[in-house]
Amino acid sequence: MRRALAGLARRLSGGDGVRIVPPTGFTARLTVFSAAAMAMLAVFALALALAAGRFAAGWEATLARAATVRVAAPAGELEAQVAAALRVLDQTPGVESFRRLPEAERRALLAPWLGAELPAADLPLPELIEVTLGAEGPDAEGLRLRLAAEAPGALYDDHGRWREPAVAAAGRLRTVGLAAAALIAAATAAMVALAAQASLAANRGVIEVLRLVGARDRFIVAAFVRRFTLRALAGAAAGAALGAAVVALLLPAGPLSAGPGFSGPEWLWPLAVPPVAALVAFAATRLAAVRVLRELP
Amino acid sequence: MIELEDVAFGYGGSVLMTGIALALAPGSFQFLTGPSGAGKTTLLRLCSMHLRPTAGTARVFGRDAATMTRDEVAAARRRIGVVHQDCRFLDHLPVADNVALPLLVAGRSRQAADRDVAELLAWVGLAGQAGALPPALSGGERQRAALARAVVTSPDVILADEPTGNLDWEMSLRLLQLLVQLNRLGKAVLVATHDLNLIRAAKGQVAARVLRLSGGRIQQAGAEL
Repeated sequence: MRRALAGLARRLSGGDGVRIVPPTGFTARLTVFSAAAMAMLAVFALALALAAGRFAAGWEATLARAATVRVAAPAGELEAQVAAALRVLDQTPGVESFRRLPEAERRALLAPWLGAELPAADLPLPELIEVTLGAEGPDAEGLRLRLAAEAPGALYDDHGRWREPAVAAAGRLRTVGLAAAALIAAATAAMVALAAQASLAANRGVIEVLRLVGARDRFIVAAFVRRFTLRALAGAAAGAALGAAVVALLLPAGPLSAGPGFSGPEWLWPLAVPPVAALVAFAATRLAAVRVLRELP
Repeated sequence: MIELEDVAFGYGGSVLMTGIALALAPGSFQFLTGPSGAGKTTLLRLCSMHLRPTAGTARVFGRDAATMTRDEVAAARRRIGVVHQDCRFLDHLPVADNVALPLLVAGRSRQAADRDVAELLAWVGLAGQAGALPPALSGGERQRAALARAVVTSPDVILADEPTGNLDWEMSLRLLQLLVQLNRLGKAVLVATHDLNLIRAAKGQVAARVLRLSGGRIQQAGAEL
């Protein structure tokens, strides 16, 4: 085990234990800082994207199985039309259950807008029937036609008018979050590539010495790639940890997992950020180093 | 092992040298002299493939350097030890690591490299400076460390560019003896120097040819000491 760890340490330090690329310089700090900042932003973007996904899925799952029948009719016909509507619902396939809302619940629905002390006699309220749909749901058009025939004052509302835009908006928000994460990865690649190029330029003497002693291009590339990959990994680990802490403390997920933070296994996502940042740094540094070396005779 | 055939080289349209013919055969020992700016360093860089001829052919270990891949050039360079006038160390690494560098890039393990490096540093009289950083060494110590790095892989060819430029006479003789010892092992040695006393001192130790590079041509080839 100790030998394996020693071998790993040798490989990570480069050149079989020799730090060929000088360990200091502003490019080192720039890489670590930019990787940390980008990782933190990536964690925020992921939290946003995952929360949006939860919103969309939650609304879709909950509201797709709920509908309302509103009955508005002259006072003398109201009870008869409600009874007719209840009968129609009872006979409609795809309707799992239904419940006529008592007056207190109907008034409670309006209380946020009109106040709790609503005078009952001054404002006649329509009757509301809360409908829970089965997995397949009813034939909405057929149900509307039948209600129009048997209870003309009854309107079937499957919430589609506002549910679908809300779900679509949440879906777009998720796309924006994922696009932001992708952009952050691209920006990280660009910054690491710039830092690597600056480092390669600053260490031109190191490269010349390595070529003098017969180093292959891949040996030189590996020395720089290893250094920048480790820096990006360290910076991203710190940034992701800080980002996750901020999300946990300031943006907690709500009791119904509807908050903007991470929920349950979603907390594994921040753990993926540092390896992804390291992979991005690996590819960016490798491309930059190969390009620089190709320019040398 | 290295042959330059009718080689020319120039920068930006001006011709620095032309019609150069040079052969570094196994066991040969040659001095390259000439005034400053004559192109001695350039000629050595052509031999080590750090420069490419603008005309003619550089043949290295039997291959035309112009047709070699980058990996093949790197492999050929590992068979050529170069001692630069300014030594060219990685200043952030100790002397032992600098000397071990050619072994590490050739894929040798650190443990095996450490054994060879320790022996070599003792041979050049730098056993006590193994852990020192290059900037802490004197001029003579730097030259000897550079020689140690150049020969650590037991290369077939040794190219030395003004290896005694920063040394006092006693140290220059010692370094010359090291080069002669390596030559007796069959290595081809080419030393660029303007130090005629060094060339005279080599008389009696080794059968060396003296080549004079002047006016862009090797003007006196084959003069025996």
